[in-house]
Amino acid sequence: MFADYSLAELGSIFVMQGFAGLILFSVFVLMALGLAIIFGQMGVINMAHGEFMILGAYVTYFTSQFFLNYIPSLFGAYFFLAMILAFFAAGALGMAVEWLMIRRLYKRPLDTLLATWGLSLILQQLYRTVFGPREVGVELPNWMMGSLPVSEMVEVQINGLFVMALTIAITVAVALLMYKSSWGKQVRAVVQNRVMAGAVGIDTEKVDRYTFGLGCGIAGVAGSAFTMIGSTGPTSGQLYIVDTFLVVVFGGAQSLLGTIASAFTISQAQSTMEFFLSGSMAKVLTLLGVVIILMLRPQGLFVIKVRR
Amino acid sequence: MIKSDRTFFLRPQDMIGIAILAFLLIVILPLSLDNFRLQFVGKYLTYAFVALGLVLCWGYAGILSLGQGVFFGLGGYCMAMFLKLESSSVEATKIQTTPGIPDFMDWNQITELPYMWQPFNSLTLTIIAVILVPALFAFIVGFAMFKRRVGGVYFAIITQALAAIMTILIIGQQGYTGGINGITDLRTLNGWDIRSDSAKTILYFVCVALLLACILIAYFVKSSKLGRILVAMRDKEDRVRFSGYDVANFKVFVFCLAASLSAIGGAMFTLQVGFMSPSFVGIVPSIEMVIYAAVGGRLSILGAIYGTLLVNWAKTSFSESFPELWLFGLGGLFIAVVLIFPNGIAGLWQTYIAPRLGPLFGGAATRRASPPATPPAPPSPSAAAPAAAE
Repeated sequence: MFADYSLAELGSIFVMQGFAGLILFSVFVLMALGLAIIFGQMGVINMAHGEFMILGAYVTYFTSQFFLNYIPSLFGAYFFLAMILAFFAAGALGMAVEWLMIRRLYKRPLDTLLATWGLSLILQQLYRTVFGPREVGVELPNWMMGSLPVSEMVEVQINGLFVMALTIAITVAVALLMYKSSWGKQVRAVVQNRVMAGAVGIDTEKVDRYTFGLGCGIAGVAGSAFTMIGSTGPTSGQLYIVDTFLVVVFGGAQSLLGTIASAFTISQAQSTMEFFLSGSMAKVLTLLGVVIILMLRPQGLFVIKVRR
Repeated sequence: MIKSDRTFFLRPQDMIGIAILAFLLIVILPLSLDNFRLQFVGKYLTYAFVALGLVLCWGYAGILSLGQGVFFGLGGYCMAMFLKLESSSVEATKIQTTPGIPDFMDWNQITELPYMWQPFNSLTLTIIAVILVPALFAFIVGFAMFKRRVGGVYFAIITQALAAIMTILIIGQQGYTGGINGITDLRTLNGWDIRSDSAKTILYFVCVALLLACILIAYFVKSSKLGRILVAMRDKEDRVRFSGYDVANFKVFVFCLAASLSAIGGAMFTLQVGFMSPSFVGIVPSIEMVIYAAVGGRLSILGAIYGTLLVNWAKTSFSESFPELWLFGLGGLFIAVVLIFPNGIAGLWQTYIAPRLGPLFGGAATRRASPPATPPAPPSPSAAAPAAAE
């Protein structure tokens, strides 16, 4: 399959596909981070995660419309406000869901899966009813359009670079929050031993609620970033949910580093293969590879050792 | 070892329940519904096979598979491949570039019948394939995972990924599978026109008969020693393991059984509806099939059948009149069945109706109705580890 290309062409194909893979990687990381926090830290399967992401995307869309219509002079900066709004909207919805539904189901993980699937159906239909079934796309501000030429055959899009920078910033922020703040310490304590954490005075219910809210909020930001590279419809979230779950499980559910490593592996494998095979075969081979590796190594790539 | 106090696998109340269901399906529904509606019921009943498999696999053994649509699809596709080959005889397809192969292959520039389609020229081999191919697939997946003690949530996610893979594969390999349209335009089964009204009625009764047979199999498994080991395993897997049982083998068995049951449903679906497409294989239909079992009651074999009929009936009537509302309804059903009535219709029946019916029938029969005989106890069917009290 390599025979038809010259060496230089092959090189730039790999770089370009690698870059496309990096954009996919950013979206995976952003989605998987939220999921890894919720699934890895709390053991809850949130099938509605994609819908929280889409909520963020819609918030971004409406913010952009608002800026376009009322304060066009500040349009270049709307994205930063949109991101914050998306975080709080998705986070607030997440906390409400935790309070109404999830907290009754902590002892029945498989049932959470069904309940959140129901929630995702309701949210999808809600989006369809309220926002219409058509896909919407945001208008990018001028400074985000175009691409930077790197060499004759290789160029990179600015919006892609921006999404990557955003991903790095959010990942660092989450890592700091989880591993350096006292709140993060509480979360990790609850994960390792819920009873002991409660016994030393940590309000585990409150930690649960904020953890869930944080995970959903990050999903909202992911949705916000998602609008930069694609359009949004009521069912867009569902397209990514299986991939994202595989990313989280493949990485080892409780390790942020593992999540990032597995998102990188999966997205790079997929986008590189996509160039040489058809898109669907690339996806099948990637997913199949992940499933087979998971069958051989069910605990995922990275594991933290915890005495139970 | 618990010594069984009965020699026959059906208790009297089970027999009454099966008789009532059989009466409903064989006499009441055919007499009260017109042909069009009866075909709908026939279609719903094919999903009931899947729900039945899920009761054994999820309700009794605690293994939630979100990929049952894969097995339903495998069974359906096996049957569809046979029917398609029969309807693409050389005479019927002589306008094609290569006569004698299915039309979609011709459109995709395939000039020879692919290797994997060859066995489906024979009905006997097809029927064997309907039952064995899904079971074999389930065996590979189950063996790899249960031997490594993968279970619970991880198993659910991986089976879900398998459903996704299967759909993408079917859609992508258009020349071999018919792509997104599936395998359509199926006409005859060994020369017998399956599209006529009389054929559809006969197929309905065949479907009911097969379903009743599968129900008996399910009861047999449930009341056998194996069924008790499954329940024990669901509740305290380690104790069963320490008692010297190889837990993985039992799980693999029940998963394969559920796969075969689903596949029989899939094959009957193809026969009655006349086509098979990837839209019955993917993640969304697979999870929807779980809700049938959940609504009926995940611990009740007969409940699963009623649950399937009820959910599908609601789906059809809602989608006819208020298509917008159906997803709200389905979503609400998922949440309600988990939060409010985790044992489904069967649970409600045992809590509220059976105790009142008891005295009418002399008490003893219904009082010890079915496994979860203690209504107020909180259900913990999903094998969740009993975490400490909060």
